Amino acid sequence: MTTTTSRVNPNVSDATARAAAKAATENQPVTFGKALNTALADALTAEQSVVIFGEDVGTLGGVFRITDGLTARFGNERCFDTPLAESGIVGMAVGMAMNGMRPVIEMQFDAFAYPAFEQIASHVAKMRNRTQGRLPLPMVIRIPYAGGVGGVEHHCDSSEAYYAHTPGLKVFTPATVADAYLMLREAIDSEDPVVFFEPKKLYWSKEQVNLEELAAQYEAGKAAETEGKARIARAGSDATLITYGPSVSTCMQAAKVAAEEGISLEVIDIRTIVPFDDESVAASVRKTGRAIVVAEAQGFASVASEIVARVQERCFHSLAAPVLRVTGFDIPFPAPTLEKYNLPSVERILDTVDQLQWEA
Amino acid sequence: MSTDAHAGRMTEVSDKFGITPEDYMLPARHMINLLDPDGTLRPQDKQGTEPGHEYPLPSPARLMEAYSALVTGRRVNDQNSALVRQGRMAVYPSSHGQEACQVAAALCLEEGDWLFPTYRDTVAVLTKGVAPMEVMTSFRGEWHCGYDPKAYNCAPMATPLTTQLLHAVGVAHAAKLRGEDTVVVAMCGDGATSEGDFHEALNFAAVFNLPVIFFVQNNKYAISVPFSQQSAAPSLAHKAVGYGMAGERVDGNDLMALMAVMTRAVRLAREGNGPLLVEAHTYRMQAHTNADDDKRYREDAEVAEWKAKDPVIRIQSYLDDAGLLTEQATAEITEKAEAVAKTLRDGMNQDADTDPRELFEHVYSSKTPQMAEQQAMLADELAREEA
Ligand SMILES: Cc1ncc(C[n+]2csc(CCOP(=O)(O)OP(=O)(O)O)c2C)c(N)n1
Ligand SMILES: [Mg+2]
Repeated sequence: MTTTTSRVNPNVSDATARAAAKAATENQPVTFGKALNTALADALTAEQSVVIFGEDVGTLGGVFRITDGLTARFGNERCFDTPLAESGIVGMAVGMAMNGMRPVIEMQFDAFAYPAFEQIASHVAKMRNRTQGRLPLPMVIRIPYAGGVGGVEHHCDSSEAYYAHTPGLKVFTPATVADAYLMLREAIDSEDPVVFFEPKKLYWSKEQVNLEELAAQYEAGKAAETEGKARIARAGSDATLITYGPSVSTCMQAAKVAAEEGISLEVIDIRTIVPFDDESVAASVRKTGRAIVVAEAQGFASVASEIVARVQERCFHSLAAPVLRVTGFDIPFPAPTLEKYNLPSVERILDTVDQLQWEA
Repeated sequence: MSTDAHAGRMTEVSDKFGITPEDYMLPARHMINLLDPDGTLRPQDKQGTEPGHEYPLPSPARLMEAYSALVTGRRVNDQNSALVRQGRMAVYPSSHGQEACQVAAALCLEEGDWLFPTYRDTVAVLTKGVAPMEVMTSFRGEWHCGYDPKAYNCAPMATPLTTQLLHAVGVAHAAKLRGEDTVVVAMCGDGATSEGDFHEALNFAAVFNLPVIFFVQNNKYAISVPFSQQSAAPSLAHKAVGYGMAGERVDGNDLMALMAVMTRAVRLAREGNGPLLVEAHTYRMQAHTNADDDKRYREDAEVAEWKAKDPVIRIQSYLDDAGLLTEQATAEITEKAEAVAKTLRDGMNQDADTDPRELFEHVYSSKTPQMAEQQAMLADELAREEA
């Protein structure tokens, strides 16, 4: 660690001052939102065909400020506001991708992506297939999603299952600051369309990450690939918590509490729902023999259901207990004061761990 | 672009014609119609033209080129309907009666320009240069669109109504950002104008000032639903003014008028005057597709009335009277049409050989592990079937 001082000594040279200031920023904790913002800026710098557009993403920098400063820095042709129409935003992006661009578009909130569903399901997902691979659509649809921020109706949906169910789409959802950066860069560079789910509650979360170093690694092709590669967020031996996006941090807390109680939980962050990393998930469950899938979305016909089925098919003979789920209830996402009853909590996860048929 | 900039742009173009921006954006009081049903050139004061809505007549050579494409288009429509009856094609939405619109939509474009067609627009796609069997691939029941959109600058024929109009806007937008002067013609039907994406596409095109011609074939029906149940607007072309673009109505069975209006629309768009909306008045002479029964919703008398306005006979009479249809020209045009029909007959009479394993090949740039497993399972089933 470099030691830094908060005040710059007037006696040191400018270069030294700049170096010190740089070191200071390098070691400052970085927010998830800043990592996304930096990934967008770096992608705009690296690739001339990248364009960013959506509602309020220009002058304002997006309602969550993820595109902050991009219009000022790269100009209105690279990052711009559109009329208020989600189908229009996605449909125009399809045409731009058909004609050599790499659009990165923002849906303002999860539930406001629904007007664009026809464009996404019928064209974004199918254009490559319909044209036998001749018209790939490299584009990213960023969707801030899920609860935990006290949002009102239509602002907290976990809508990932709709997209994961649609062949032709890739579905990414980062859970750490480093992944926010790396996964967004990968999504933008992907030849396939990616629906990029950003857990809203993580936007302001901070970690000690050196984004410049990460960028250099990524651009040198030295960063480990994230697509289709689940991450062991915490190693453990007694049971596996399989999770993604906003629920990863909840699972990490649960694992910490469980450890204090003498239970060793492994936490797997699957990172990309599509493509899905069966191998890593199955390897973990075969090792621990017990598994719980944790996700915020309502459980019926969900991504969590799919994961349970896949684990059961692959790990049946290693399982000491049925694979259980902790998910949101099968109700519309509740009002701010009530969301805590719906969201998977540390307690609910630990209660479920207790149900994994431990021998007395 | 600011509100002032939009207004300024409209004033600039309307000033050129010495009219107000409103008069430029509103369609002329009457639809543009150059030829009478019997092929007579209408007197200038009966053509529907007004200041700012004036259209140079196409040259004889251009008319002959369009006429040839029209004859081929009619022949293809009728050949395909026959192939459907013989069970060699799965489905065909014929544009019989609308071929003049189809031809003009493609011929008004220049090298590098894009066309965005619907399922109804096979003749436009053919006229754009796509190989006949490639155009008809999806109608024979194949799983893909059959042609390389980039090789022809022609999008796959769209089925979800008006979704393709937004793609057209995107193609134009990308071209504009790169400083290219590509023009895009985006097609849809009268019923489709009720869809939300129609609105979003016109609005986006106008706000970003993009060179897109929205070309609506008002054939009076959306399957069974008559036009009166789609819109209460004075005309579809009138919708243009609400978006800040110019609109025009044209006789959709008058090849000469269509060529004149579309060619000028493309020129205006290419010169940076923004998008235009052109509504062509025509008629769907046959059922929606072979699977539809139009006797359930319209009278024979109505169809007969439109038969008298046939687009092929009209231009043929004109060209004949003008002395352009020499025996040799007619023979060449017929031969060309017959050659395309024969290509389709020969092609459709051969069974498509599709490998079901290919269904997994182009969903993603590379197969997911799960798809590879499913493909292997199918391959195994096929191998056992063959054994
Ligand atoms: C979004 C959508 N809704 C419904 C349909 C089913 N459908 C196919 S064609 C059609 C009628 C369209 O009429 P119009 O736009 O007038 O075009 P035309 O068929 O007359 O050329 C309908 C309802 C569809 N293809 N897409
Ligand atoms: Mg119609």
